[in-house]
Amino acid sequence: MLDRLAIRSFCNQVVSGAVAAAFIVAAAGLKPGCLIAQETAPAQQPIPAPPAAPRPATLPAAPRFVVVLDAAHGGDDGGGKFGSLLEKDLTLALSVRLRSLLAARGIAVVTTRESDASVVPERRAEIANHAAARACLSIHATQTGSGVHMFVSSLPPQDPARIAAWKTAQSAWVTRSLALEGVLNSALLQAGMNVTLGRTALSSLDSMVCPAVAFEFAPAGGQKGEKPATSLDDPAYQAQLAEALAAGLLAWQAEARQP
Amino acid sequence: MSPAMSIVRRIQTWLFILLLVASAAMGVVLWQLRERAHQRLLAGQDSAPTQAPVVSPEERATLMVANDADSSMQPRELTLPLPQDDGSRARVILGKLLDLYALPDATHPVPGGAASIGQVFLLPAENLNGSPAASAPARNAGPAEASIAAARGVSVANSGAGQKNTAAAAQDGGPELAVVNLSSAFVASHPSGIEAETLTVLSICATLHANLPRVTQVRFLVDGQARDTLAGHADLTRTYLASDAMPTEGTNP
Repeated sequence: MLDRLAIRSFCNQVVSGAVAAAFIVAAAGLKPGCLIAQETAPAQQPIPAPPAAPRPATLPAAPRFVVVLDAAHGGDDGGGKFGSLLEKDLTLALSVRLRSLLAARGIAVVTTRESDASVVPERRAEIANHAAARACLSIHATQTGSGVHMFVSSLPPQDPARIAAWKTAQSAWVTRSLALEGVLNSALLQAGMNVTLGRTALSSLDSMVCPAVAFEFAPAGGQKGEKPATSLDDPAYQAQLAEALAAGLLAWQAEARQP
Repeated sequence: MSPAMSIVRRIQTWLFILLLVASAAMGVVLWQLRERAHQRLLAGQDSAPTQAPVVSPEERATLMVANDADSSMQPRELTLPLPQDDGSRARVILGKLLDLYALPDATHPVPGGAASIGQVFLLPAENLNGSPAASAPARNAGPAEASIAAARGVSVANSGAGQKNTAAAAQDGGPELAVVNLSSAFVASHPSGIEAETLTVLSICATLHANLPRVTQVRFLVDGQARDTLAGHADLTRTYLASDAMPTEGTNP
């Protein structure tokens, strides 16, 4: 059952921002199975939404374009172990690099972690949902396959609902997530990357209420049985990935600005 | 020293030597018995993994084999002896699939092989939109009943009514939920990564659906317990729709 006091307290925090049009109902610390309620004005997208009251005689301020970078794993959860490399370190390195590139291009970035800290999947989704992000990128690394693998939630697309289940909140955003994946795919292909696309079930991704893509990078080049051309921790490779992703997110921003 | 004492001491010495020799002989025999038992154990392990009974007739089975290179799944037809019982049949087929993944030149290398599939339980499928069809125990009901019920999120208290519903569903040939119990050794050795884990899960779901079309939903347990992820990524708390796992022409799963 929902704790009304917790909801009210939470709403007071979130609605204090002028553009915040969504709030999350957290039951007992956002356990799986709790609910997300989206409070939206009629004919508005659930998140993000324009200001509640239009300003007469002035152009409405453009909503801030926020990108959430979720460096997977961290702390006790090392993720995959690839020889001496840990997935948590690789994802954080790419997240930090990409954050710098995006900030330099004037894009507001929210990260789920900035250090080797444990962040549970529910908290990652909570951070993304609070940010009212226009794009959420969950960053992973693997030794399997080659190039880049991008995934969108395998939840079936559904129309936005006022009340959405926590574990399937992403279903209202799957269509936008597929569009974001397409834009990022184009940018990565232009950068000469080998990209495979798919759908997956990731608990943090499934609870996000934003266009969300899981981005997994594997060593570049090197077919089956061959030694990969680049290592996962190769700075040049990571820089190339970050540049391509930044270009993709800029293209996504430009697309979002179009009427 | 009296002659009697001398004889007693001699007998004691011989007795001591005899006991020493007997102890050494027993030690050797025990060592041989231990070796023999060890060999027997190893032989038993070799034959344990889901070897179908030789008396079973050979039938065609379709394995949906994952490929890491292009993140795809390809059907592969095989002929192998299959039991008549659906649960055992599913276990044998999935065992064969994981045997392929354990080969050195596998397109989707995952160690473990057939021994990684503990059991496959088949139950009447629930309506995922919220209306539970039947709080029924598994058709292979046994000690793992509580774990299966936990995987479904149902109580095992009303198993009497459940058994009737199960039997009715089995006779009707209605949609079924397969609960696949994986071994913790398989999960511990599974390569970490979204792609690798997703392909394993989807290939299991698609293989089940290809051979047992009534299986429309799949859930996973690890050593009889619910688990959050396969190897840190793929969500194992969700019910997978088997039909969604089937690849369509020219697309990745």
